[in-house]
Amino acid sequence: MTAISAHRLRLFGWDIRPEGIYALVALAVVWQIISLFAPNFLFPSVPQIAVRFVEIFSSWKTAFDAAATALRILAGLAGAFVLGSILAILMARSDSLERYAYPLLNFNQGIPALSWVVISIIWFRGIEFRIFFIMVMTTLPAFTFQVLDAYRSMSKDLFEMTLAFRPSRYDLFRTLVWPTVLPGILTAWKVNLGNASRVVVVAELVGATGGVGYELLQQQQIFDMAGAIAWTIVLVVFVLGAQAVISAIEAHALRYRAAAERAL
Amino acid sequence: MSDPEIVFERVSKSFPRADGGSSLDAVRDLSFSIARGELVAILGKTGCGKSTTFNLISGLLRPSSGRVRVQGHDPFVEFDWFRGKIGIVFQHDRLMPWRTAIDNVALGLELNKVAREARLDIAANWLARLGLKGHEHDYPHALSGGMRQRVSIARAFAGRPDILLCDEPFAALDEHTGNALRDEFRELLRETGATGIFITHSIEEALRLGGRLIVFERPARIAYEARSLAGMSDAERDAVRAGIRQVLAADPA
Repeated sequence: MTAISAHRLRLFGWDIRPEGIYALVALAVVWQIISLFAPNFLFPSVPQIAVRFVEIFSSWKTAFDAAATALRILAGLAGAFVLGSILAILMARSDSLERYAYPLLNFNQGIPALSWVVISIIWFRGIEFRIFFIMVMTTLPAFTFQVLDAYRSMSKDLFEMTLAFRPSRYDLFRTLVWPTVLPGILTAWKVNLGNASRVVVVAELVGATGGVGYELLQQQQIFDMAGAIAWTIVLVVFVLGAQAVISAIEAHALRYRAAAERAL
Repeated sequence: MSDPEIVFERVSKSFPRADGGSSLDAVRDLSFSIARGELVAILGKTGCGKSTTFNLISGLLRPSSGRVRVQGHDPFVEFDWFRGKIGIVFQHDRLMPWRTAIDNVALGLELNKVAREARLDIAANWLARLGLKGHEHDYPHALSGGMRQRVSIARAFAGRPDILLCDEPFAALDEHTGNALRDEFRELLRETGATGIFITHSIEEALRLGGRLIVFERPARIAYEARSLAGMSDAERDAVRAGIRQVLAADPA
């Protein structure tokens, strides 16, 4: 670990604000103090939680459960992203489609994730497809709206300038449309990642035989708080890791943006 | 005079009004021709249809009636035929913010399928010619307004187009930078032999370019024309200047 400025640290290649680490350490200290006075089944000690966390990755079965949840999140997001992008581009090109699709997507946003869990259990037999369906249905509107907004924000001036060079459709997409929509897509992934991690746990809790949600249910049934927290941390670590990867992509892809020295 | 490069035959262009009322005539019954290698300044007040004419030549707009021919082809219908043949310098630089200066210059070459190494060589040479050596890998936000406009000029010239269209490219620049770039632009046009159409609302800019001059009155009709400004004496130029002022004064604001 090396200090790169007064306010940031570089850890394994990532720039990290030390305040974040201090806050997490403070939380662990407070938890540990409470655990000294509270019953163990309510507040297990930090070392107990750490041991359970390590145990998860010491067994193939539990490590596979953790990986399964990560893959389900990524697969669901990828599916919603592809479908949402196609839908957004079709909506951008057809006013009549937009007039029908927009209210349906808004209606969909009002449906709770748990309702999709129940519906998918009734409709489908395959566990993986059920979870994929739930993930897609809950994250599709946000991807569609974000990509549609990003597409609409494309500069008419740049569009005309590029068009003047007579590009093929593919070249127009590659040189203009993709760089224009990329910031919106990255934002959509970041926003949906948090939503997806919450939804996948609910889906696994009710309708799966493996994964973080299923393991959380097992911990609840044996009243193992250390295990419940360890499995929660697994999910949080995955989400933070994925967000760090997206942020790194964002920093590289959007490096052309000027940074103002004075903030608002 | 050589074969006409650009021909307008009784061209009109109207746009529907947002409130659904009668359409707005931007160009009405416009006819003119421009010879290969000619430099033509199109002058007129704001809203007189200069930019519409520009977009009709570049094929971004379809005429409501009449016929536009560029090198004998319809620029709107045969849009792809003109790939690499028309270069455009806009009023604002219209650089892609995510591309470095050299990648912006190389854009047209890239879309024209020129190999990467070759197009970067050509782009670097054009940047150097326009005084931007050392700025090849700067993003547009790191360049001044004048430098950005130089990049956009380099982008237009890099593909060695037959026709170069310029829509008030120096209007947003200070006088000194504008004059310097205008002289460079004229020199580059002479060197490349391209046909140049330069849209402006400044009489002095049109005179300084030294080619043929067409003055539009609303809606885009030729109200005044002067040929070969380059060979004119000061007295003749003053007469042209007075003639243009008279036409512009008669055109209602």
